[in-house]
Amino acid sequence: MKIERCKGTRDLSPEEMAAFRLIEGTFRDCCLKWGYGEVKTPTLEYLHLFTATGTLTPSMLGRVYSFLDWDGWSGERVVLRPDGTIPVARLYIDSMEGKELAKLFYIANVFIFEATGKKTRERWQCGAELIGAGSPAADLELVMLALEVLKRLKIEGIELKLSHAGLIRALLARLELSPEEQARIFDRILDGDTKVLAKVKPELGKALPRLLEWKGKSADFVKQLKALFATDLPRFQPYIDDFTKVAELLETMGSDYQIDLASVRGFEYYTGIIFQIFKGGDKIGGGGRYDALIPLMGGGNTPASGVALYLDRLMKLIKPKALAKPAGQSVLIKAEPLVVKEGLGIISRLHEAGYRAELYLGAQETTDFDWAIDIKSQAPRFILTDQAKQQKIAAQTIDEVLKILKG
Amino acid sequence: MNNIKIALPKGRLLARTSALLSQAGWGLDGYQEKARLYRIQSESLPRLSARVFHEKDIPIQVAIGNYDLGICGSDWIEELLAKYPSSALMKVKNLKYGDGTLYAAASPSAGIDTVEAVRARTGTIRIASEYPNLAESFALELRLRRFGIFPLWGGAEVYPPESAELALVCGTAEELPRYGLAPISQVLSVSAFLIANGNSWKAKDMAEVVSSIEEALIAEPAKHEKTKASPVPESRYLPKEEPKDAVRLALPDGHQQPPTQQLLGKAGIRLDDYPSPVGNRRPTTDLDGVTIKVIRPQDMPLQVANGNFDLAITGRDWLVEHLYQFPSSPVQEILDLKLGRVKIVAVVSQEFSVADVGELKGSARQEPLKVASEYINIADKYARDNHLSHYRVVPTWGASEAFLPEDADLLIENTQTGRTIARHNLKIIDTLFESTACLIGSTGQVSNPVRQKRMKAIIKTISQAVEAIK
Repeated sequence: MKIERCKGTRDLSPEEMAAFRLIEGTFRDCCLKWGYGEVKTPTLEYLHLFTATGTLTPSMLGRVYSFLDWDGWSGERVVLRPDGTIPVARLYIDSMEGKELAKLFYIANVFIFEATGKKTRERWQCGAELIGAGSPAADLELVMLALEVLKRLKIEGIELKLSHAGLIRALLARLELSPEEQARIFDRILDGDTKVLAKVKPELGKALPRLLEWKGKSADFVKQLKALFATDLPRFQPYIDDFTKVAELLETMGSDYQIDLASVRGFEYYTGIIFQIFKGGDKIGGGGRYDALIPLMGGGNTPASGVALYLDRLMKLIKPKALAKPAGQSVLIKAEPLVVKEGLGIISRLHEAGYRAELYLGAQETTDFDWAIDIKSQAPRFILTDQAKQQKIAAQTIDEVLKILKG
Repeated sequence: MNNIKIALPKGRLLARTSALLSQAGWGLDGYQEKARLYRIQSESLPRLSARVFHEKDIPIQVAIGNYDLGICGSDWIEELLAKYPSSALMKVKNLKYGDGTLYAAASPSAGIDTVEAVRARTGTIRIASEYPNLAESFALELRLRRFGIFPLWGGAEVYPPESAELALVCGTAEELPRYGLAPISQVLSVSAFLIANGNSWKAKDMAEVVSSIEEALIAEPAKHEKTKASPVPESRYLPKEEPKDAVRLALPDGHQQPPTQQLLGKAGIRLDDYPSPVGNRRPTTDLDGVTIKVIRPQDMPLQVANGNFDLAITGRDWLVEHLYQFPSSPVQEILDLKLGRVKIVAVVSQEFSVADVGELKGSARQEPLKVASEYINIADKYARDNHLSHYRVVPTWGASEAFLPEDADLLIENTQTGRTIARHNLKIIDTLFESTACLIGSTGQVSNPVRQKRMKAIIKTISQAVEAIK
């Protein structure tokens, strides 16, 4: 029988984990500096958290890992967390509702089925949620946080794309479609089907001159929008204003960005600005405003927005040289069978003194270490080999050994 | 040349499928209504052999690769694909018979007659169906916020309005009102399909077999059949107002009906129209304050757990099956009715050289051990408890003994005398437990004192009848 890894899953090797921990550590450090507190939510949640309109799109819901728990006789299904934001919103409603402002971050795996099994079905994200602030400044803080993390990871050539869920919905509302139809098109757009509008309403090409396919900078964009909807501008005004404010702030910060209304792969819970971060055509992160989610889930009328970076994709972008070597010199302890106990004792002392030290078990290459120390039962008890200089030094006590290592 | 195996349906599609294949010149003489043959060799196509299954088994058998081809209703195909979209199952051809519609239906008497009315409901929407995967897709599609799916073995039409808000049932629009139901949405149009295993389709030459069906369809184009409405007095099917403190009793359908009726008769409980020759699932009784529904014994523990029934008569096997899946379920056995004694046994083929389950564990195999059973949770636990390292549980819907040895390695099955098992050239290697009919109820407190008093009285009466028989 062949032992196999579960389809659609991956193992992370020590080298990959080094990149993983670097990203995680950088993200955690940035978040703490911006004043966010770390949370962990359970892997299992009730399915009904994710089913209501305004949470996940039906296409995503069709790919969640849901099942009946051991006490699921009522038919209540549980799900392996398919998204990072909704559980944090649940946690906020559960235990932090009194807080006017909750700044939370998390590093979590999410599970979404992918039919070929070639892409991984378990993905890792680093996410930050800013609950209780409704201003464009709050949205911008999240963008800056994400960009700061990427900068510190030395990932360059980032593209930032902006869209606006409220604006798209307002545009759809203008198409004289039923609310169900509007919701369905919005979902299709979120699922990445950029051509959906042309398919649904071919005559749209005249009514809305490919606005959704329009790409550009804020000033031109807003000008065009205003010209287009001169007659019913009031309906669009709040969204345009919000969009413009975020865009202007970004500009003053000197950040490059592109407006791309239709390319908004994302979540149904978005209500306002949506931002996506790309590197070489790959989406490596994104976020947006979701003011309706917390009220929808039974919480108070609390605005919120969030951002997430995709760990699996960032890992591929980390250059090996960016991975810092562990601190301290490395020492290999070769102890004769009679003095293994002493060997282990020395290792503890070396660890306390800030060295990396391990016992020789017959397979390590001496050349991978800065020092090798042979321990014998008879004098001289310790023979140190400086690997760089290929120099041997004898010592009688552990203190002497430490002194020699110090140089 | 590779051999080709096809899975053929019994039941409602048998007559039309048999006619089609005889037109196609397959020479499957044993494939007939009353033949009761499970395995048939084609006389004209030497590479082709057929096996007759319950329709519901066929997509699973084709998807897992036990069979290259199959014929069954598209409802069961979609039910599998709803949960396993990337399975190796492919639809080859619509055979255009066995037409029907899968409806989401509700009871207008409960004020649900449109999709909007369902959406507007607060609280959990209970959906009862033989098609739990399609029911879940439907609920997600409808964006129902909170819903519970009750998977059923049958009789979904009798669940609304008391035991479920919605039922997903296959039928015709004329049939539904007779059960007091109205369709609120068409979930699926159903007809018979030729299906194939995707890997077989690529690897095997099945042109001759498939084109013979194609030619038969051209020679005799299918006519859409109208399902005949059975002559049933409508009122018997309709739900009646349920008194608040009535005891809700579930009685089994199928072959357990005569002994159940006899026992209740001895207890002085008279039933009208049970067993019902016309399939009425709402018989009446002279017992005051008791309402009765006839449902599948397999479905009862889950229903009692959810408070849809207070008491039910089912088999201990189904209670155990339920409790293995949900250890904290509030269902318990109240009374052993000492009827219908069977043993639940582990069975292998005579040819399989193992004497007990211990040897099964040791057998070094390349392929995972296939464990077929109607009792998937009992089978799963049995395999776990016995450390059968790499195994797969294959769910079956009846006639499980015909699965060995070709379609499964081990069977968890019930047997009364062991004769059927011996006749199929099988042997029992282990006995799991004994099962009899029992009265089940919930461990929870009954809040209504009148109902509680009535329940106690019923339990006492039945208990005395059981004692008297002994």
